[in-house]
Amino acid sequence: MSIAETLPVWAALPVAFLLVLGGLISLIGALGLLRLGNFYQRIHGPAITVTLGAGCILIASMIYFTATQSRLVIHELLISVFVLMTAPVVAMMIMRAAVYRDLRKEHLADEEKTGTDGAATDA
Amino acid sequence: MMKRWLPSPLLSLCLLLMWLLLNQTIEPAHLLLGAVLGIVAPVLARPLQPQGYPRISRPFVLFRLLWLSLIEIVRSCFNVSRIILFRRTEGVNSQFIHIPLDLRDPYGLALLSCLINSTPGTVWVEIVPETHELLLHVFDLHDEQWWIDTIKSHYEQPIIEVFEQPRHSEREKTT
Repeated sequence: MSIAETLPVWAALPVAFLLVLGGLISLIGALGLLRLGNFYQRIHGPAITVTLGAGCILIASMIYFTATQSRLVIHELLISVFVLMTAPVVAMMIMRAAVYRDLRKEHLADEEKTGTDGAATDA
Repeated sequence: MMKRWLPSPLLSLCLLLMWLLLNQTIEPAHLLLGAVLGIVAPVLARPLQPQGYPRISRPFVLFRLLWLSLIEIVRSCFNVSRIILFRRTEGVNSQFIHIPLDLRDPYGLALLSCLINSTPGTVWVEIVPETHELLLHVFDLHDEQWWIDTIKSHYEQPIIEVFEQPRHSEREKTT
C-alpha cells in the first residue's frame, strides 16, 4: 500500500483509467457469456476479454511497475504475446468441437428417423 | 553453413528477446545464455517442422498488417461490447459464411486464423477441404459480401505477399 501511495500523478491517472477500463471490458465479456442465447454466440464473449481486457490491464501493469521501480518493466509484453498466440487456437478447437458435436447429433437423429421408418414399413 | 546453424534468424532473435524479457536484464551473461538458446532451440526443433521455417519476404507489409489488425481488434471489441450490452440477443444475426481462399501456405493460414480469431466477432471454424473455402462464424452479420471482401483484401492479400512472394512472382512470370 505504501508503494502505491508514492505513485506520481502522471502514472496514477492512466493506471487507474486502464484498470477500470480493462475491468469493465472483462465484465462485459463475462456478461456476454451470461446473456447470449446459444453456444455459437457465446464463444464471441470471451474474445473481448482476452484481447482488449487483458491488454488494458497489462499496459496498466507496465506503467505502474515502471513508475514505482524507476526502470523499464516491459516483460508483460510476453504475457500478451503468449495470450494472443494461444487464445485463438483454443477458440478454434472449441468451435470445431461444437460443430462436430452438432453434426453428429444431426446424423444420429437422421439415423434414428430412418431406423424407425424402416421398422414401421417392416411392420 | 549459415543456413545449417541459423535456420531462422528471426526466430533466434525472438528467443533471445524472450529470454532477456523473462529475466528483465541485459547483462552480458544473460545475453550469452539467450544467444545460446536462440541458436540451439531452432536447430533442435527443426525436425519438428516438416515444412521448414517460414520465410518472411516483406517485413514491412507484415508489420502494417499487424498494426491494422490491432486497430480492427479494438474497433470490434467496442462493437461486440455494444451488442452484448444494448441489443436484444434474439436480434443478433449470427451466421456461418463461406469465404473462398487463394492462400495455400500453411504458415500464412495459421497467421490468418490467429488474426481472425483474435478479432472479436469472428471465429474461424475450418477450411472445407474440397473447395478450399473458409467456414467462418460471424457474430452479427449484416452484409456477407462486405465480410468476404474485407477478409480477402485486408487480410489475405498482405499475407500472400508476405509468405508466398517467391512463388507468386514465378507464377506471374510464367503467365
